[in-house]
Amino acid sequence: MRERELVIVGAGPAGMAAAIAAREEGVEDILLLERDQYPGGILNQCVHTGFGIEYFHEVLTGPEYAQHFIDKLQEMTGITISLKSFVVRLTKDKTLTYLRPGALEEVRARALIMATGCREKTREMVHIPGTRPAGIFSAGLAQKLINVEGLLPGKEAVIVGSGDIGLIMARRFILEGAQVKGIIEIQKQSRGLTRNVVQCVEDFEVPLYCRHKISRILGRDRVEGVDVMAVDEDLREVPGSAFRLACDTVLVSVGLIPENELVEMAGAVLDKRTNSPVSGGLNLTSIPGLFVCGNAFKVYDIVDSVSRDSAACGRLAAAYLKGARKS
Amino acid sequence: MIKKMTCIQCPKSCCLSVDIENCRVRQVSGNLCPKGEEYAGAEVENPRRILTATVLARGLSMKMIPVRTDQPIPRHRMREAAAEIKKIRWDRPLKTGDVMVADFLGLGVNLIATRSIAAHF
Repeated sequence: MRERELVIVGAGPAGMAAAIAAREEGVEDILLLERDQYPGGILNQCVHTGFGIEYFHEVLTGPEYAQHFIDKLQEMTGITISLKSFVVRLTKDKTLTYLRPGALEEVRARALIMATGCREKTREMVHIPGTRPAGIFSAGLAQKLINVEGLLPGKEAVIVGSGDIGLIMARRFILEGAQVKGIIEIQKQSRGLTRNVVQCVEDFEVPLYCRHKISRILGRDRVEGVDVMAVDEDLREVPGSAFRLACDTVLVSVGLIPENELVEMAGAVLDKRTNSPVSGGLNLTSIPGLFVCGNAFKVYDIVDSVSRDSAACGRLAAAYLKGARKS
Repeated sequence: MIKKMTCIQCPKSCCLSVDIENCRVRQVSGNLCPKGEEYAGAEVENPRRILTATVLARGLSMKMIPVRTDQPIPRHRMREAAAEIKKIRWDRPLKTGDVMVADFLGLGVNLIATRSIAAHF
C-alpha cells in the first residue's frame, strides 16, 4: 500500500487552502482527493458575487474565488490532485479506500485532513407535514440544477427557511423568469446575511413571512401549493391564521450539517447535535493526526473565513508531521 | 429626512443613517469604512448591482457558463438584462474574465465569463 505524507479529502475552498498552506510549510508529498470532475467544490455552483472581500479585498463570484486557489495549486509541485475520486472507507490508522474511474485504491496517510463540507438539512429533518409529490428540492440542489445543469426546477416557488442559500435562490428563480410566492421563516427575522435580505428579497419585492411556518405541502404528483400559518413567540401555531399559497415548487433552506461519516467511521467522536468533531480546538479531532477543516468542522457564513481557518489547518498538519518525524 | 439602510458592500453589514435632502445624500453615519458612504450615495441616487447569471453553452466542456457584468448596472434593469442573457448561446472556449458581450445592452458595462471553459471533455 502506498503511503503519503498528507492526504486531504475534498478540493473545495477548505481543502485547497489547507493543501496550499501545508505545502508552504514544507510538506512535500500531498494527495488531494476530489469526488467531482473539477476542483472548486460548492463554489462552482455559487455564481453570485460576494466572495473574497476579506481574503482578496475584491468582490468575486464563487468560480472566480475558486480560480485563485486552483491557479496556485497548479503552480505548486508536490501536490497531486486526483479528481473523480470518492472515498468510501477510513480507518483509525488513517488508511483510506477510494474509488476512481477503473480502480479501487488504498492509501495510508501519515496526516489526514478531511475537508468534506456539509450537507443541506432536508424536509424530513424539519418535519413538514403533507404529501410527498415531485417538486420539493433543497435550495442548494436547485442551485446546482439551474447554475450547473441549466434546468429550472419550477415556475412558481415557495421557499421554506430564510438561510442564505434560500435567499440567493429566490433572486436566481426570479432572474430566470420564475416567480417566488414567498419565503416562510419560523423565526422573527431572516437567518441570512443582511446583504442577502437586501439584494435578494427587498430588491425583488419577495414576500418574506417571518414567524410563519408551512403547515402542509399539497399536491399528489406535483406540488400544487402550501398551507402557511403564523406562529407565536413559542413557535405554536396561531389558530385562524392559515392561508394558502399556490406553487409548483418548494425549496427547503433550513440549514446545513457537517458531513463527517468517514470521520465517524474512523472512530473519532462527533457531537450528536451539530455533527461536528468533538475536540480540544479548531480543526482537531479525537484522533491524533486526523484533522477536519471548513464546513465539515463547523458551518461557516462566509468562504473567506473557511479559507483562513483551513490554511491554519494545513499549517497544523505540517507541524504534526514535523513533530512525528522527530519522535 | 434620515433613512436607515444596511450597507451591503461586505458581510459586516453596517447600519447606516443617511441624511437625505431632495433625493441627494447630505451625510452618512454608522459606516466603518468609506465604502459605506459611497454605497449610501449610490443607493439613494442610483442603486446599482452586479448582475450574475449563466449562459447556455453549445459543444463545450460544460453546459452552463457562469457570467457577470464587470460593473454594477442600474437595479431596475436587472430582470431585463437577465432575460437578455438567457437568449445567448455560446460555442467558443473561454478564460475567466473574457469579455463575452461588450457594452452589454448599451449600459457601458461588459458581460464577462467567471469561469474558464474548455472546448471538450
